[in-house]
Amino acid sequence: MASVAMVVNGKSVTKEVEGRTLLVDFLRNDLRLTGTHVGCDTSQCGACVVHVNGQAVKACTIFAVEADGAEVATIEGQANKDGSLNVIQQAFQDHHGLQCGFCTPGMVMSAAALLKENPKPTEADVRSYLEGNICRCTGYHNIVKAIMAASGQDVTAIAAE
Amino acid sequence: MPKDHGIGASDKRREDVRFLTGAGHYTDDIKTYGATTAIFCRSTVAHGIIKSIDTSAAENMPGVLAVFTGADFADVGGNPAGWLINSRDGTPMKEPKRPVLAHGKVRHVGDAYAAVIAETELQARNAAEAIVAEIEELPAIVDMAAGLAGDAFVHDEIGTNQCFDWGWIEDNRAATDAAIKAAPHVTTLELVNNRLVPNAMEPRCSIGNYDAGNDSYVLQTTSQNPHLTRLLISAFVMGIPENKLTVIAPDVGGGFGSKIYHYGEEALVLAAARKIGRPVKWTADRTEAFLTDAHGRDHVTKIELACEKDGTFIAFRTETMANVGAYLSNFSTATPTFLHGTLMAGNYTVPNVYVNVKAVFTNTAPVDAYRGAGRPEATYSIERVIDKAARELGIDPIAIRRKNFVKPDQYPFVSAAGLEYDSGNYDALMDTLEKHIDREGFKARRKESEAKGMLRGLGLNAYIEACGIAPSNLVGVLGSRVGLYDAATVRVNATGNLSVMVGAHSHGQGHETVFPQIVGEMLGIDPQSIDIVHGDTSKIPFGMGTYGSRSLAVCGSAMVRATEKIIAKAKKIAAHMLEASADDVDFKDGQFTVKGTDKSVSFGEVALKAYIPHNFPLEDIEPGLEETAFYDPANFTYPSGAYACEVEVDPDTGKVRVDRFIAVDDFGNIMNPMIVTGQVHGGLGQGIGQALLEGARYDADGQLLSASYMDYTMPRADDLPFYTVDHANGTPCTHNPLGVKGCGEAGAIGSPPTIVNAVVDALQSAGKNVTHIDMPLTPLRVWEAMHKA
Repeated sequence: MASVAMVVNGKSVTKEVEGRTLLVDFLRNDLRLTGTHVGCDTSQCGACVVHVNGQAVKACTIFAVEADGAEVATIEGQANKDGSLNVIQQAFQDHHGLQCGFCTPGMVMSAAALLKENPKPTEADVRSYLEGNICRCTGYHNIVKAIMAASGQDVTAIAAE
Repeated sequence: MPKDHGIGASDKRREDVRFLTGAGHYTDDIKTYGATTAIFCRSTVAHGIIKSIDTSAAENMPGVLAVFTGADFADVGGNPAGWLINSRDGTPMKEPKRPVLAHGKVRHVGDAYAAVIAETELQARNAAEAIVAEIEELPAIVDMAAGLAGDAFVHDEIGTNQCFDWGWIEDNRAATDAAIKAAPHVTTLELVNNRLVPNAMEPRCSIGNYDAGNDSYVLQTTSQNPHLTRLLISAFVMGIPENKLTVIAPDVGGGFGSKIYHYGEEALVLAAARKIGRPVKWTADRTEAFLTDAHGRDHVTKIELACEKDGTFIAFRTETMANVGAYLSNFSTATPTFLHGTLMAGNYTVPNVYVNVKAVFTNTAPVDAYRGAGRPEATYSIERVIDKAARELGIDPIAIRRKNFVKPDQYPFVSAAGLEYDSGNYDALMDTLEKHIDREGFKARRKESEAKGMLRGLGLNAYIEACGIAPSNLVGVLGSRVGLYDAATVRVNATGNLSVMVGAHSHGQGHETVFPQIVGEMLGIDPQSIDIVHGDTSKIPFGMGTYGSRSLAVCGSAMVRATEKIIAKAKKIAAHMLEASADDVDFKDGQFTVKGTDKSVSFGEVALKAYIPHNFPLEDIEPGLEETAFYDPANFTYPSGAYACEVEVDPDTGKVRVDRFIAVDDFGNIMNPMIVTGQVHGGLGQGIGQALLEGARYDADGQLLSASYMDYTMPRADDLPFYTVDHANGTPCTHNPLGVKGCGEAGAIGSPPTIVNAVVDALQSAGKNVTHIDMPLTPLRVWEAMHKA
């Protein structure tokens, strides 16, 4: 067992973990932050995307001990301080960018990372950036539209929902 | 002008808030005190005799609480098929037992033959590896034709690999044969409807709980229809009385059919929970999902279209082999038959239709209904052969379809495949489609593509499907072993808010938003004061679940009927409060008013009165305000549509890019346009995935080569375009109270032939005599087709 300390959604946590514990399992099982999901075993689906020190990371690709000392952000910490949805979350609701909701936390976290790197992405930019996030419900149309809307771009020309 | 609230408004989804903040509750998110983990030992060979299973080492490993093998379930029942199909000769289909754990033989890679329950997942995995199974490998039956011809069997006790040999409509066989023989033109097409893996993003997960004090069980599981799961476990598999078993499906992360069915893992965790007296949880990993979730499609078909030289259709004749895999999943026998053969007249007035389907057991995962379920297979066969015929006859692909469409004045129209279409207007759909596709502009766009060295094709399609399954009387005659009604209870609480218990179970469709829109409008109250309760057999009267685009058409109708009963009772209470006759009381916008007076009471006041019945006419009216309705549809509903797409094909690589996709659909009345459009988008994503990317591949030994996201090509954001979706001018369903038809599967039904028609059109534009390419249209297949032509 190893001791890990990290700041998760602004709160310091210290826990004993096995060396083999993946960050995603640490978040889900040890911290009970079950908004981060596991949809595959091969780091393909992106349902587990979180931010580690501001970078989008698939939480199934790193061990919890590798995040020792890091700042970790998960979907549970994304809403505004007053509890209202943040700009990206609100855009997903406004544009029906989710259906079953299982891939959604990863999509929102990837979208946040994209908009930080590229505040006004084109449609092609968004589609390319989401290469590591699989959604089976939406056909991606409304996800791409929501992310472009969240970036402040006018999406009214994109076919209506 | 779109409405801003109530029926027809694009209300934002209330469930989104919890999904967007990580506050959803999917089954694997449930952490129960004392929970243990189940891990399954799964066959690594496709077909083999279990000679022995040595569990002794595993049983003594740290943390191990119990070990199960097939022998432990030898005396319990099998997981049954829900639909009895009779062969052409009148004999019933072959129904080999589907056990909880494989016993005697393993029949597909992933077939579970043992399970370990341990304190932790790691301990369970380690112990599962210590189980020694001696399995004598047998040759795998993978190819359907070889399986039918050979003398080795997936199930030795039935002595054949043919489950049934079904004819529809058998009495029409001779007439169809004769019509084809005499026809001036016959177009023949052999095609494969590729095998797909549904791939809901949430893997299956089941938690078994046992309460010794009450001798009762709770199963928390990823299910599209908890009541059916309870029924199957109670009546067939384990014999647990229904009143001692609660099945709860919390938030469900997609299903697309794969979570309709009862699976052995659900029975195992219940049996294990009872044995060890603690909760037992199993969560599939993705490869387990690939190996064991029911797959979809997998038809090999020869279709013939006979027509006059002017393109008038005379007959469709289809011969299909349908793979059912190693065991019969619950709806596996209905899917290739009554959800496929009955649609084989398409949108057309063709007088002769005959369909022959041979269902074949193979050493592969079970195959069952996947988004569309039989109708995509029907539409693909019909619309591909029509396109080929149009090309052979030199007729425009839209003109040949229009020539044969059922016309608006022909409803109700009984098709040559035996269904009675209640409403539709296929020409109007095609008119709308033609406005969107801009065929003149296409010519210019094709020139632009050619200037870049690319080929451009335009693909067209018309589809009809049968949804809102289904009228129990009809399906009973056809072999269904269940009724396909649904149920709802509307409970008005004393303070005027509502809990509505529904048998449908959303797994992404937005019932929590749309159902209150409807009840709210009927009662003239704020939909925010109405909550939907679903997915829990202990709270809901009954339900047949969500699949077959049935939730609104069937369960929504039950909800409307229950709400009408509420209004009728509330009127009586209001009449008493207003000292008037119930006949003189009007109800509008949430107010009960005595006709011709200004005397009125609000719905909320009536609700309170119902629960505080002071000065109440107890001899006439019971206290309380709660009503239940079961609704059994009079017919299927018949959504239809006209689709088009443009593709660009790179002739150097064979890569296909979908440039634009237009879907025009008739879903009848629309309750929430935003959600309906989202359903179409999702269906299109899956249909385009089938056409271009996806395919479950078994090798000759029955190994699944595509058992992870590194091998099975899921559509990604950069594989797909923005879609144009238009469902504004539907023809209402004539036989349900909301006039709705269902929209969940259309996109997946209409899009595969549209894509393939477009690619063929692109290759033909370069002078290549390519008439068909089997899906998925990978770059290699397209390139090879071009270079062989």
